Amino acid sequence: MSDLTRLDASETAAAVAAGEVTAREVAGAHLDRIEQTDEAVHAFVHVDRELTLAAADAVDAARASGGPLGPLAGVPLALKDVFTMRGAPTTCGSKILDGWRPPYDATVVERLRDAGVVVLGKTNMDEFAMGSSTENSAYGVTHNPWNLERIPGGSSGGSSAAVAARQAPLAIGTDTGGSIRQPAAVTGIVGVKPTYGAVSRYGLVAFSSSLDQGGPFARSVLDAALLHEVMAGHDPRDATSIDAPVPPVAAAARGELGGVDGLKVGVVTQLQGEGYQPGVQARFDEVVQLLTSLGADVVEVSCPSFDYALPAYYLIAPSECSSNLARFDGMRYGLRAGDDGKNGVEQVMAITRAEGFGPEVKRRIMLGTYALSAGYYDAYYGQAQKVRTLIRRDFEAAYRDVDVLLSPTTPTVAFPIGERADDPVAMYKADLATLPSSLYGGPAMSLPAGLGDDDLPVGVQLMAAVQRDEQVYRVGAALESALQERWGGPLLDRIPELATGGAA
Amino acid sequence: MPALDRDDVAHLARLSRLQLTDAERDHYGEQLDVILAAVARVAEVAADDVPPTTHAVPVVNVTRPDVVVPCLSREDVLSGAPAAEDDRFRVPRILDEEEQ
Repeated sequence: MSDLTRLDASETAAAVAAGEVTAREVAGAHLDRIEQTDEAVHAFVHVDRELTLAAADAVDAARASGGPLGPLAGVPLALKDVFTMRGAPTTCGSKILDGWRPPYDATVVERLRDAGVVVLGKTNMDEFAMGSSTENSAYGVTHNPWNLERIPGGSSGGSSAAVAARQAPLAIGTDTGGSIRQPAAVTGIVGVKPTYGAVSRYGLVAFSSSLDQGGPFARSVLDAALLHEVMAGHDPRDATSIDAPVPPVAAAARGELGGVDGLKVGVVTQLQGEGYQPGVQARFDEVVQLLTSLGADVVEVSCPSFDYALPAYYLIAPSECSSNLARFDGMRYGLRAGDDGKNGVEQVMAITRAEGFGPEVKRRIMLGTYALSAGYYDAYYGQAQKVRTLIRRDFEAAYRDVDVLLSPTTPTVAFPIGERADDPVAMYKADLATLPSSLYGGPAMSLPAGLGDDDLPVGVQLMAAVQRDEQVYRVGAALESALQERWGGPLLDRIPELATGGAA
Repeated sequence: MPALDRDDVAHLARLSRLQLTDAERDHYGEQLDVILAAVARVAEVAADDVPPTTHAVPVVNVTRPDVVVPCLSREDVLSGAPAAEDDRFRVPRILDEEEQ
């Protein structure tokens, strides 16, 4: 077969099922591609050739014995290093978990294995998923395959870079305030945050429990939908898991629920204009035009509370983080420092956490501790939760009138590595457009919309009501097909070739 | 908006169980001031009659069948421990000198 790293996940699965190629050959081609390109990109923090090939062999053996194959059997995947998987380390990009090997599998990992998906390795991320650039990792910076001097987005930047660099056709990320959608946008791929509660958080190391949600990265809307259906579903081990059927996202991505003709699409007033780069705004305006030409009824929708999403998020998420990360105390797993026989347990904890956490994690723990402390609770955390109610009401009012909401995914294209590293508030603004739907809990997708400033990818964000994930796939698939017709192929065809000297 | 002085940051760091140097206290103090100024805007909206939202998609009374399932083995639980002794986690002393 031709270059196996250029196939979509659905094509690879079909080829494996038909016996045109083995899962081992597919895995080998991607492991080779990682070896050739990852010195430059640094998407992965852990790759285990033997483990990967053994997983591929299991798929080939299942096929040989005539057993049923899952819809993604034999397809390789890059897993964000925030999900536990037996047989591999889980670091969450933090020194405090350096070398930790979890004794259990995340539910998502079990589901991948049951579906015959072959995990290639664990991808780099901002420490404990706090960041928008993957610069906050204790294991080095990940580079954007479109331009190695630029960030790949974050916090799931290793996963987005791996898919854009053809190291894997699929990847999994997590999204708390935009950590799937923003990396997808700046690397020119598809990324989806499902409805909160759709994907089990069991085995997902917690950052902000009321917001964290796993989701797919892919090079096409259909591939994202196929992975979405593998990942999602009720899990009794996660008390926030939704006990209801997964919306028909793959059918929607195949166009079986119809196109956009007659659908009502709302353009959010507050998520465009000032603060958005000219190239980003231009691609967004073109998408709006295109949707109109495809028969959608596009209207403008005002959601005034969205202006307060950023301050509310940067109180709620750090508050939950300060509580969740209290478990890293150097007693049961991970790093322990300062245990010299003289220091008491509190000192050992403080020394361990000082050595083990990076600056952004420390900032957020202290910020959250402040927001939750007596005397400030009502003014900060309490107020932020009320703002969350107002944002939810804005969404609910909007979805009484429209089927989906539309905005640019990010205010800018990928910024240069280092540019915002020590300016937290500037970094936080990368999430301006993705935060509202995180606080609300509805599904949201980022889809490539073309190239903007500096010839770098721009993403458009599609949002829908809670448990209406199929709507973003339906509109996303129609848009993808119309845009690719205009471009003469996928946007990723225009990515510069990476040098393949590599770290062999 | 209260500007955070070095003592405030030291207090926060202690509550957060983070040992910081003086230089770090100054640095984080300045950054936390900037962040707090940016997020204090939440006070501009949200009147008293607005209820808080704690979860994106609330589910209530989540139960599971009362069936015993195996837990992790002791060996697995201790496999990641920074220090173990006699099949238990070994921890530093938990009482201060004067409490002993």
